[in-house]
Amino acid sequence: MSAVSIIIGYAMRESLRRRVFAVVLLLTVLSGGLYALGAHFAFRDSEGFAGAGIVDAKAFTGSTVLGLAMFGTLFLGAVLAIFLTLGIVRGDAERGLLQPLVVRPLGRGTLLLARFAGAAAVSSAYAMVIFLGAVVVTGLLGDWWPDRLLGPALGLGAAVAVICSLSVLGSVFFSGTANGIAAFMVFGAGLVAGLLGQIGEALSSETLQDIAKVAAWGLPFEALYQSGLDGLTADTRGFTRAAVNLGPFGGAQEAGPLLDPWAVVYVGLVLGLAILAFRRKDL
Amino acid sequence: MNGAIPSDAIPPSSGAPSSDAAPAPGAGGPSPPALLASGLGKRYGARRALESVDLEVRAGELVGLLGPNGAGKSTLTKIACGLVRPTEGRVTVCGAPAGSPAARAAIGYLAELFRFSGWATADEVLMLHQRLAGSAGGEGERAELLELVDLAEAADVRVERMSKGMQQRLGIAQALVGEPRLLLLDEPTSALDPVGRRTVRELLEELRRRGVAVLLNSHLLSEVELVCDRVAILAAGRVVTAGRTEELARPRGIEVETQAGVRHFAGGRGEVPEIVSELVAAGDRVYGVRVLRSTLEDVYLEAVGGSRG
Repeated sequence: MSAVSIIIGYAMRESLRRRVFAVVLLLTVLSGGLYALGAHFAFRDSEGFAGAGIVDAKAFTGSTVLGLAMFGTLFLGAVLAIFLTLGIVRGDAERGLLQPLVVRPLGRGTLLLARFAGAAAVSSAYAMVIFLGAVVVTGLLGDWWPDRLLGPALGLGAAVAVICSLSVLGSVFFSGTANGIAAFMVFGAGLVAGLLGQIGEALSSETLQDIAKVAAWGLPFEALYQSGLDGLTADTRGFTRAAVNLGPFGGAQEAGPLLDPWAVVYVGLVLGLAILAFRRKDL
Repeated sequence: MNGAIPSDAIPPSSGAPSSDAAPAPGAGGPSPPALLASGLGKRYGARRALESVDLEVRAGELVGLLGPNGAGKSTLTKIACGLVRPTEGRVTVCGAPAGSPAARAAIGYLAELFRFSGWATADEVLMLHQRLAGSAGGEGERAELLELVDLAEAADVRVERMSKGMQQRLGIAQALVGEPRLLLLDEPTSALDPVGRRTVRELLEELRRRGVAVLLNSHLLSEVELVCDRVAILAAGRVVTAGRTEELARPRGIEVETQAGVRHFAGGRGEVPEIVSELVAAGDRVYGVRVLRSTLEDVYLEAVGGSRG
């Protein structure tokens, strides 16, 4: 058994024993129920939408509530990713958990990569499954299905993995609480940058849009999320498209073909920096 | 923890050099020291934690590392196991640079402040370390190690339900996973009761017989004096005194009990007959004679006194 699989297995068992997964499952079911209730009433009330003749009310309602689900899923995935990784280096070292493991011949880089791989796999898979669940709930309740399915799901999973990598990097420098705060602030900054871009588009402000673009590439989880959000109504045109664009999740932009490779390079750079710093760190 | 440790309680060494299995001289050349530090220095910013430290621990040797708080003992131990990078100098473990995979494969380490995941049982903790150390000992090794530290009945007890002393003993068992050739113990008995300390002493003696080198970092001078072959005393990051415990203890005179009370004389064991003869010749009655030697505590206080004053 390789060192990576040993560490991943140990981290998984820890999450199971500490009932992390049980708590996540319970809260997810509750959130899902709330979402189903909200989607049901949204579809019911939008049936009498005044502009139903020119705007596809189902598409408008479906893309809006599913956009909300995507936002919520990204948040929950980020919470899971951050809490699984916030203390894996300095936090664990301060508690004395890390030293007995680091002196074993597996190597610091391997240890860090294994912890990232375990946390990213769990939180990304969680985000994708929850998103696909929301798609099914939306489709069954409102008879509306998004234009793209796989792209947004993978984008969401990749966005969570990017957040996970940033939290791993932060864990090398900050103690658990400080890193958790820092990771959530970075996450919030990314979301704010995305909102700025949407406001910029509504106001036709190039400056705001430029700021949002730079921030989205600097924090590519936001670009991945926006790109996935855009994919929900990628083929929607006409007045319905215009109505969607005016909605709270309508200003999302597709980032183009360079986003995915950039996200891979970005995670590689972040993890490379984390490993470099971890190797030089006195414990 | 009670009773003496049977010699077969420690898993037999397959790759580690032991007194029995050590290569014959000339067969493959002399084996490198278990631990060799040369000109070792460490700075934390402007503060010097270690300066020009030279230390050697040979196979089967038990070396005590003494010194006041902040003297650099833990830093030295951490450098030896690759947790801290030295600023200057060099450390090798069984010939391999400290921190390298080969060096880490040769050591067992018990940190001064350590913790195992509270959700894991004693058996699971050892299993994890077996896998990470690449030990093929399996269930047998785990059972033997738990037996060795008197935790056989606690194999399925979660760490969070263990007392501090039990966790300390589990830490010692963890350090022994994979038959290390060099054992680095940082305050291994700090949380143990007197019976537990005695068992650890017996364990260390058994490890020495098996050729395992031990660097014991402890504040308990009496314990170090009882088990260690050699002692190095650190103060302000420097080795201020080092040597065999019996060499460090110097004569402090002779105490003679006569009818007039206890009288003190200068000199050592060689002067005893002459002193007794003179007293008897002078009409004194001699009831007892004690040759006084400085204890390790005296040596320690003398060595570190300056650094604390």
